[in-house]
Amino acid sequence: MTAFVEYLLTGVSRGLVFALLAMGFVLIYRVTRVVNFAQGAFAIFGGFITYSLLKAGVPHGLSELLAVAASALIGLVFGIIAIGGEIPLLASLVITIGLSILSEAIVMLIWGTTPISYSGLAGHDFVIFGAFIQRQYLIVIIASLVVFIALVYGFGRTYFGKAMSACASNPYAARLSGINVKKMGLIAFTLGGALGGLAGVLITPLSPITYSADISLAITGFAAAIVGGLISPGLAVVGGLVFGIAEQFVAGYWSPSNETAVALALLIVLLLWQARRVPVGGLE
Amino acid sequence: MKSVESVQPSQGRSVDSDTVLATFDLVVRYGAVVALDGVSIHVRKGEMVALIGPNGAGKSTLLNTLSGINRPASGRIVRKGKLAHVPEGRQVFPDLTVEDNLCLGAYRGGSRNPAPMYELFPQLEKLRYRRAGGLSGGEQQMVAICRALMANPDVIAVDELSQGLAPLVVSDIARHLVELNKQHGTAVLLVEQNAQLALNITSRAYVIENGHIGLEGRSSDLLRNPAVRAAYLGGVR
Ligand SMILES: Nc1ncnc2c1ncn2[C@@H]1O[C@H](COP(=O)(O)OP(=O)(O)OP(=O)(O)O)[C@@H](O)[C@H]1O
Ligand SMILES: [Mg+2]
Repeated sequence: MTAFVEYLLTGVSRGLVFALLAMGFVLIYRVTRVVNFAQGAFAIFGGFITYSLLKAGVPHGLSELLAVAASALIGLVFGIIAIGGEIPLLASLVITIGLSILSEAIVMLIWGTTPISYSGLAGHDFVIFGAFIQRQYLIVIIASLVVFIALVYGFGRTYFGKAMSACASNPYAARLSGINVKKMGLIAFTLGGALGGLAGVLITPLSPITYSADISLAITGFAAAIVGGLISPGLAVVGGLVFGIAEQFVAGYWSPSNETAVALALLIVLLLWQARRVPVGGLE
Repeated sequence: MKSVESVQPSQGRSVDSDTVLATFDLVVRYGAVVALDGVSIHVRKGEMVALIGPNGAGKSTLLNTLSGINRPASGRIVRKGKLAHVPEGRQVFPDLTVEDNLCLGAYRGGSRNPAPMYELFPQLEKLRYRRAGGLSGGEQQMVAICRALMANPDVIAVDELSQGLAPLVVSDIARHLVELNKQHGTAVLLVEQNAQLALNITSRAYVIENGHIGLEGRSSDLLRNPAVRAAYLGGVR
């Protein structure tokens, strides 16, 4: 029972972090139709920048906030590079792959190759059903739930959110209606950067990250986003949770080395299931 | 870009005070293809104007240039008041509901209340929470027209009203356009393959061929014009 609760809670919090990454994918795809493969890079920037700020004596809370803001700015810059010009969608997609590789190089140059971590917000761990739970898990759960509610509401219920969705749904008609499609795309990239950054800020205290952690984070986030066909924020959260929990149970009851393999197998199953339901990104 | 949307009368050629939309010697190119080669048209306040011509003549290009989607290589556009554009192929937002489609029409300003549209097309009210992508062609055309009307335009440009629609649906929607024109004084620029319909409901018309305005005049005159009859009205009688 104790182990079960521990795996479950760890799985839920890691799953929510994946869901944050997934939301970044969904947000950017819904507005620009670009699958932003640099989504994982925002997370490593978020983690590493927090790490440096904390080391420089900036207090907890402020460090995390600044790191998320910096990631948002990086998101904006990536957006300008990827969709700023009049270039085909496929070119934008390839650019985001390039940006992800570039990010790894930059992080490696600045911070080196050693994995980093930092402690989460100070405070006592607590005990549920005899399991020791780090306080950080609670923080992850609360922070991501707040973000999810804000996003689902913002996208689905507000006029501005609908205008953003309209951009990917029919960019030409959006322009005819007076929506600045390019500006909306850049806003999406900025928000995507913030989401990715927040994911990195939250996950680094749970498990150390390296300069190259962006790939596995991006893949898991992408997989979770696929569950919602890249357009549904709600299903992306479900996807993230499935991956997070499955990963922990596999690692805990079976073997940690099977963790990635199981995640990928799960991804393939989901892709097949998704393909039968609705075509991925069925925005036509 | 700015000069293209200028609202001041041009140097040289004057614009009538009751003109809402006009172009002067408009030239638009797609790479090496010259789609519009010196097109001058105008639409007056509350006027219904038809633009007819064969496939590839440049009709949609003209509307897209008026809407700022295409940039002219040369020439000038004068726009006084708000233009709304119902594009060829309707171009609804397929993933959004009918109501959201309508509300987004008011993005540039105007009331976001869709109720007047449901009065105009009562069928739409029952469909308000349906995905626009799942509607029939005729329903989508109503959505597209209402979305444009939500901007409260002074002139509405409709590209291929009748495309792919049953004759009854077309005449129903056309009747609504005429009503709207009469009641609100909204000017209409109607691009149509169905020349008979277009010339019947408008007062003036342009015939565009190969990027040139080949003919212009009163719609009733063009209806009797032998060349127009031969090319666009089946040439019978
Ligand atoms: N995006 C584009 N790129 C290149 N050429 C184009 C493009 N759009 C239109 N053209 C060309 O410009 C010319 C005018 O096209 P346009 O679509 O304006 O014609 P149209 O009168 O609307 O025709 P239709 O009745 O078939 O809709 C055609 O020769 C067409 O091939
Ligand atoms: Mg056309």
